[in-house]
Amino acid sequence: MSGYVYYPGCSMKGNARHYEESILPLFKEIGLPLTELEDWNCCGATAYFSVDETMAASICGRNLSLAEQLGKDIIAPCAGCFLTLKKSNAFLAGGEPKAARILEHLKAAGCEYHGTVTVQHPLQVLSRDIPPETITAKIKRPLSGLRVACYYGCQLVRPFTDVDDPDYPMMLDVLMGLAGATVTNFEAKTRCCGGSLTGTIEEVGLRLNYILLKEAKRKGADCVVTICPLCQFNLEVTQGKIARKYHEDVAMPILYFSQLLGLAMGIPKEDLGFSRSIVPLGGVWARMANGGKR
Amino acid sequence: MKIQRKIAYEEDLDSTFLEEIIRTSGCTDIDGCLQCGTCSSSCPMSAYMDFSPRKIIGMIKSGFKDEVLKSFTIWLCPSCYTCQVRCPARIKITDIMYALKRKAIEEKVYPSRFSIPILDREMSRLIAKHGRNSELKLILRLYLKSLNPLGLLKMAPLGLKLMRTGRMSLRQESIKNKKQLSALMNSAKESHP
Repeated sequence: MSGYVYYPGCSMKGNARHYEESILPLFKEIGLPLTELEDWNCCGATAYFSVDETMAASICGRNLSLAEQLGKDIIAPCAGCFLTLKKSNAFLAGGEPKAARILEHLKAAGCEYHGTVTVQHPLQVLSRDIPPETITAKIKRPLSGLRVACYYGCQLVRPFTDVDDPDYPMMLDVLMGLAGATVTNFEAKTRCCGGSLTGTIEEVGLRLNYILLKEAKRKGADCVVTICPLCQFNLEVTQGKIARKYHEDVAMPILYFSQLLGLAMGIPKEDLGFSRSIVPLGGVWARMANGGKR
Repeated sequence: MKIQRKIAYEEDLDSTFLEEIIRTSGCTDIDGCLQCGTCSSSCPMSAYMDFSPRKIIGMIKSGFKDEVLKSFTIWLCPSCYTCQVRCPARIKITDIMYALKRKAIEEKVYPSRFSIPILDREMSRLIAKHGRNSELKLILRLYLKSLNPLGLLKMAPLGLKLMRTGRMSLRQESIKNKKQLSALMNSAKESHP
């Protein structure tokens, strides 16, 4: 396949609007402008695979087929969509009788699929397809002095381990380093944020996010950098309740990597969705304004 | 005091359960479990589970079908796949948890009014109908059908913040070619084993 088509998924049109608002100008800036996959449907996330495997893989197959018809590979910025599509892609190519039946249904419904599409996360494309010199050359406003905790969460690096190390990946750390930030040794970088459990069992969601925020604080981070809408959401919206429950200040801006990388490349701050942050960003701006003196 | 046997005998167990889970999860390595506990010590949710992942695998092997399918453990798995990439016997533990969730739904034995299966079910219903999920509708349905609806009041401050930052969409997004999606889903439904 040549070139990429952008698969937003539902979050990018909802609470993660600022992820979309920053990923699109960023990819334009690096010369890979993204167009949205026409008439995409929801990937089904972890929910559909918990209810019905055949149905879950079928609806993903439709998205894969739509991309194949365009002759393009998929870029999915949401780690949940990324994994769900990638997993379904592998399942459909696996040759099992179940998969063969689904491929027949796809064909009958007018969305035949031949398994030629690959599913990529934008972080992979930036780290692998774009030479680091190209990124460095584009950095106009280095994030000097900003201490970041790079958080990968789960589904980008597991269960498929071809993306990066499943326990201690480095691709985001490297990119943030190129952008001029000071990268902390964030040991919880692939520890789970609880995913949808934050919505279903509050006690669990608060505990898991407390562990992550506390570790970021301990490392002296000014912000956490995320690559997934659900991680970003969980880490941001649980802060108030965590502070009350554990009597501890865990206030921490939670940004998307595309916002910070875009900013470093000179895209105006106003065009990167920073105003959608619920946590005030004053500390981040102040840190960069004085070059990181603390 | 009523005297009850606390240990299961062979006749209480289901000897076909292991085979069934191997078939539905596509994981043929369950039998190779060493009971080393790497899964349980890696799991961020172990502390909340009624049976640890290690126990669940052991119970599948021994045929404790009822206990496994009725457990909270299978629903508490957040799909982080840490156990799966670390398992020295290469058992696809997360995929097994998915197969167990589906089996529990199929046999209608999951805990009633329990939020997690309800979230999964409601989300799949929204997708089947519109082709897309709506974050707002999903959370409303979750509270109405499982959690205490009054809990929504406590969610109001968050809702306002999301509204203020333009991050809460009131619109239900839909795909255009719903006909294609429902044709696809209908034939998938019919082909169920």
